[in-house]
Amino acid sequence: MGVIFLLIGISLIVAGGFLAAFFWAVRSGQYDDEYTPSVRILWDDKKPENSTSIDNNSTTVNKP
Amino acid sequence: MKESPVEISVSERKPTCVHCGEACDTTHIVHNDLDFCCEGCQWVYQILHDNNLQEYYKIQQSPGINQRVREATDYAFLDEPEIQQKIIDYASSHLIKVTFHLPAIHCASCIWLLEHLYKLVPGVSRSQVDFLRKKVTIHYDPTQVTLRRIAEMLEHIGYAPSLNMGQLEEKKLPVVPRKLYYQLGVAGFCFGNIMLLSFPEYLGIEGDQASRWFNYLNWGLGLPVLLYGAQDYLKSAWHGVKNGGLNMDVPITLGIIALFVRSTIDIFGNYGSGYMDSLAGLVFFLLIGKWFQQKTFHHLSFDRDYKSYFPIAISVWQEDRWTTIPLSKVEPGQRIQIKNNQLIPADGILLTPATQIDYSFVTGESDPVFKRAGDTLYAGGKQIGSPIEIQVTKAVGQSYLLQLWEDRAFTQKKETRDHRLADQIGTYFTVAILTIAGITFLYWSGKDLNMALVTVTSVLIIACPCALALAIPFTYGNVMRLLADKNMYLRSTRIIEEIQRLTHIVFDKTGTLTAVNDYHILFHGTPLSEAESVLVRSVAHASTHPLSHQLDLYLNKYQLGSIEDFREEPGQGVTARVAGQVVRIGSANWTGAPNPGSNGKQSVHISIDGTYRGNYLYESRYRASWRKTIKVLARDYQLSLLSGDGDRELRRIRSVFPAASTILFNQKPKDKLEYIRALQDAEQRVMMIGDGINDAGALQASEVGLVITEDINNFTPASDAIIHNGLFPYLPQLIQYTRLSRRVVFGAYFLALLYNVVGLSFAVQGMLSPLVAAVLMPISSVTMVLYGLSASTLLLRIMKLNELPQADWVQTKVDDLYQFTT
Repeated sequence: MGVIFLLIGISLIVAGGFLAAFFWAVRSGQYDDEYTPSVRILWDDKKPENSTSIDNNSTTVNKP
Repeated sequence: MKESPVEISVSERKPTCVHCGEACDTTHIVHNDLDFCCEGCQWVYQILHDNNLQEYYKIQQSPGINQRVREATDYAFLDEPEIQQKIIDYASSHLIKVTFHLPAIHCASCIWLLEHLYKLVPGVSRSQVDFLRKKVTIHYDPTQVTLRRIAEMLEHIGYAPSLNMGQLEEKKLPVVPRKLYYQLGVAGFCFGNIMLLSFPEYLGIEGDQASRWFNYLNWGLGLPVLLYGAQDYLKSAWHGVKNGGLNMDVPITLGIIALFVRSTIDIFGNYGSGYMDSLAGLVFFLLIGKWFQQKTFHHLSFDRDYKSYFPIAISVWQEDRWTTIPLSKVEPGQRIQIKNNQLIPADGILLTPATQIDYSFVTGESDPVFKRAGDTLYAGGKQIGSPIEIQVTKAVGQSYLLQLWEDRAFTQKKETRDHRLADQIGTYFTVAILTIAGITFLYWSGKDLNMALVTVTSVLIIACPCALALAIPFTYGNVMRLLADKNMYLRSTRIIEEIQRLTHIVFDKTGTLTAVNDYHILFHGTPLSEAESVLVRSVAHASTHPLSHQLDLYLNKYQLGSIEDFREEPGQGVTARVAGQVVRIGSANWTGAPNPGSNGKQSVHISIDGTYRGNYLYESRYRASWRKTIKVLARDYQLSLLSGDGDRELRRIRSVFPAASTILFNQKPKDKLEYIRALQDAEQRVMMIGDGINDAGALQASEVGLVITEDINNFTPASDAIIHNGLFPYLPQLIQYTRLSRRVVFGAYFLALLYNVVGLSFAVQGMLSPLVAAVLMPISSVTMVLYGLSASTLLLRIMKLNELPQADWVQTKVDDLYQFTT
């Protein structure tokens, strides 16, 4: 029966981790703008253009 | 005079621009089988296409901003390190973060394009849009691109940044109160976990030795809730008590402390399991209420002062050429240049021969003033016509007309005390609870001292400030949201209470009772033929005078001919040759009118080839149903009218306003402010309804300053409420709704009272177990939330206000954007 204390202890630590994650999310500004992400999410990702010959010197553009 | 609708065949139907969606009437360009309304639009389309940004046109139809009027703004001032420092958020050697305000952002495509700015401007690494605030934050490498280049590029694609002096002086405050989110996180986390750990208690399972540890854990989880989550309530209650006044936070704090103290004793003394779940729940619900109440409208600004109207930089004649320098650096003695539609930023003497200045901005006078070389021009006036030069006589901050802002109405912050009603209730409540606690203690102390302590703390615990504290946030918070849905925006829920206490309403005339730039135009004289109308329109189109512009719009069904020899005589009129005929548009003098004098109404006279043809009379169009609106408001409020104009409308106004109301004309901004003060000295509670900066003083001084506008991007002076002008006819009902919401709040308080009675009946008998408390608290909170939300919404429906037409904000036109930059 004593194991329940261990379990509670661990679950509190895990839950605390989630709280820390929430703090981080607020801190990084995710809650400053609650509207625009709802628009962003609806965009399609651009399909990369298929090229038949692969040029070794071409650089890929990474989306930031 | 409206034409009857005409059947238009498909071939005649005007094509619409692929870029901006407007009809291609005056010009029409076809490129690659696509229609464009002007070169500008086609050009932007080309840029986007060349850079693989066609997706812009797929996300939303015709998302572009009309490019018919393009002015290349000189962004040279963005190279100045001093200015850069004030604008950018963060700088390091390889990364600079800057946030621009782009009023032209209006749709999803805009967001998409701006967030793909890196494709258009090398050096930009990322950009993020905040749609509601119409801002974009750009990260760029200063070694690859300059701030100036970015601004120029933004302007090229139609999203010119709005840069004004007000922004330079803005302190960089964190936009959102993040602390509330942290507090919510902590309270929610602890609340949930405490309830989990209290499960055995709820299920009635007998605890053994080990279960004491659950209680200790609960206590430990409750500690951050008390110390961090409830911080603001504790502080506020302390302030209230220290200053002798009881506010709503006092009973809340009493409840919280009673919960904590009782729980501490119970847990550590092993008498029971404490009330930590109720404590955490109480704080959690309170914080949610606070979050709900704190709603702000990001796309509006309630805080602009005159500096927001001034450009950041201005052209100064230095060392034999025109250079752009920051406005703050302008000194008396310098020669500056002001272009058409720009604001004069400093008092000075006119150097160019003659011009007209529109002072409606500052004084409310709608007729432009004619000025000659050597006359003094005051800051705040808008230049009409070709560019003028001024020799500055006073520094920018010391202009004559703008001294209004030194009045204490602006320097003292408007009272920000929380809700009066809540505080009053809080006072009665605290007294009542303490009395009941006292009586309970006396009753039980005779019989069983232990029981006495138990019951007293129970009373304090269950007194349920929760329900009381949630009534106003959810009711008024919802009222604010519902009003905003109808395009009436309040600065905060506190304004609702101010509106409920009003006794007197003061109106401005021009722009408030009359629609801005909306004239009823009638021609007097032998009617013009179609050919003659074309002549008149062509000349009017070329003139920059606001009346000419109105004439151009009035005649817009006629074609535009090409004109030659266009000449403008300031204060008199314009002339040009169209189709071989000399047309003159302007004053009676200028056109050779036989009998001048048009009983004070504004008019524009016409002569063609030396023959006088007649004149157009302009009558301000009053807003729809204005008479009814005034009459309805007159039933409940005293009314006044203050106008910056002359008294030519006196008779018409007198016929509508109640006989006892004060009507004053030729009011300067300071006069309006003093009038409001005089009313307040006579114990009146005043609402000022205005639209321009000439009302700024009155708006600031009155209890409620309401601004009417049709374009939220138009800079509006500091105010407490902003309303769309299409809502003017419904103003009495909206005010009535706000007043009736007070009854909803009373209903909420009545509900709270019921809960208290039930809860107290348990408490005084000493039967308040943690379980009972844990049940009553959430039930009362949830009921309060549901009641507040539904009752206020229901009230809106009962008053039929949910059927109000949805007013459309005017999208900022491109030419408006160029007004405030050099």
